[in-house]
Amino acid sequence: MSGPIPTPRAGDAPEVAARRAVMALCGQASAGELRDALARLACPDEAEDLRPPETGLVMTRGRIGGDGRPFNLGEATVTRAAVRLPGGETGFAYHLGRDRAKARLAATLDALWQRRAERAAVEAALAPVAARREAERAARDRRTAATRVNFFTLARGED
Amino acid sequence: MYVAVKGGEAAIANAHRLLAEARRGDPAVPDLAADQIAEQLGLLVDRVMTEGSLHDRGLAALALKQARGDLVEAVFLVRAYRTTLARFGASEPVDTGAMAVRRRISATYKDLPGGQVLGPTFDYTHRLIDFGLAAGSDPAPAAEAEAEPQADAGVTARVTDLLGRDGLIEPSPRDAGAPVGDLTREPIDFPADRAVRLQALARGDEGFVLALAYSTQRGYGRTHPFVGEIRFGEVAVEFVPEELGFPVPLGTLALTECQMVNQFHGSAEAPPQFTRGYGLAFGQSERKAMAMALVDRALRAEELGEPVTAPAQDQEFVLAHCDALQATGFVEHLKLPHYVDFQAELELVRRLRAEHAAGRRDAAEGRPDDAPDAGQDAADGRQDAAAGRQEAAA
Repeated sequence: MSGPIPTPRAGDAPEVAARRAVMALCGQASAGELRDALARLACPDEAEDLRPPETGLVMTRGRIGGDGRPFNLGEATVTRAAVRLPGGETGFAYHLGRDRAKARLAATLDALWQRRAERAAVEAALAPVAARREAERAARDRRTAATRVNFFTLARGED
Repeated sequence: MYVAVKGGEAAIANAHRLLAEARRGDPAVPDLAADQIAEQLGLLVDRVMTEGSLHDRGLAALALKQARGDLVEAVFLVRAYRTTLARFGASEPVDTGAMAVRRRISATYKDLPGGQVLGPTFDYTHRLIDFGLAAGSDPAPAAEAEAEPQADAGVTARVTDLLGRDGLIEPSPRDAGAPVGDLTREPIDFPADRAVRLQALARGDEGFVLALAYSTQRGYGRTHPFVGEIRFGEVAVEFVPEELGFPVPLGTLALTECQMVNQFHGSAEAPPQFTRGYGLAFGQSERKAMAMALVDRALRAEELGEPVTAPAQDQEFVLAHCDALQATGFVEHLKLPHYVDFQAELELVRRLRAEHAAGRRDAAEGRPDDAPDAGQDAADGRQDAAAGRQEAAA
């Protein structure tokens, strides 16, 4: 790690929601898709590592009964990265899995998204990921829907 | 007792080379790639993740390849790998109500809101071996139907919520923000609270948990269960990093959840209501989630004022023996050299036999019997063995 990680100012709620949406999209993308997105942005700035990509664990929690007290279900591998752009913007990524290259690309995109001027461009560059995910989700939903079942209770022929 | 031995380095190294060759099998058969295991032996990968207590499909698949398909060995590899990683923290509790449902069934309501979808299931198959698979035939594409738009922004109400609205079932234990026990950080303290019990059951051996669940059905701690609901699908998992202070989406996990609706309770003060058992597992692990829910409910016997008479209701029995890795460690250590220990036992048996023979001679000659009885219990024998060892050392 190169120095302490600065704490970004907490944004207002809609800003955090928009940032989380971009982070979620990056998490669902492949490293290749994120590389393509960055290429589309044609950003000349080189991001510097605030924290080199690192794989660790997050303990995933469920809730007793689905909605009660939390309990530890089991751990998951998670890879994180933190970068800083020459302009000082910092970007972070935390993803399930062990793909370090992907985490660093996502952190760079998160940093670029901090620039208000780039925000729309970053979101547009990730649009293909969103489209792919949506198509996959719709296909899966249609296949699941074909297994919708209606059971009928039969009267038993006892007398 | 195990006493360390030396030597055998060359034999061990060669045994491991031989193992690698045996693992590969016939070189004329194409090598199996980890992604083939992850894609085509998916339920086995789910089980390694669940019992290895580490969600990582690629890693679980690779562990299975390295372990030659030995499930417990694969779990061992995964658990060993996790010890090399730092923990960033704990996730926000996942919301299974917002699951992208790929399977959802209920044995209590045929017309539950949100409907039932069978999804990819072995249920209702004829269990006939499909020789077409040996010929490498591709399956027909899955059928499709128009998906019904969900009324409530992706939230599928739980069966237990429907029963809970009328007070017919006990509510889930309330989240009071208390710290969450973690058996990977602190050894289990008995009596263990329900959160720790669920963690132990979640990573417990499926065969063991299944057998215990079955025992409750056969009368060893009955709980009169109904499957309120089983659902399988993807849930979003979020984590709040200290440096950001808001929940960051990590991605989605596939989970199986089972809500068991059990035997009702009531008293002069409280009207009768159903009780619950809960199961949750990584991937599509339906048998595990169901067995876990049954054993969770059985372990609540004391809390619910039921007599504790059966193994499945005994916390120490269940929690101390449900981990496949701990069990295999203690059972399999028996094959390691126990030469010194066995020599002591051998010496003891020889001495007891000599004393026994002397006693018989004395009896035949009419002398009083003051020799120890060779049929004495094992505890005495152990003490003698310890004494024998001290004599040998002196």
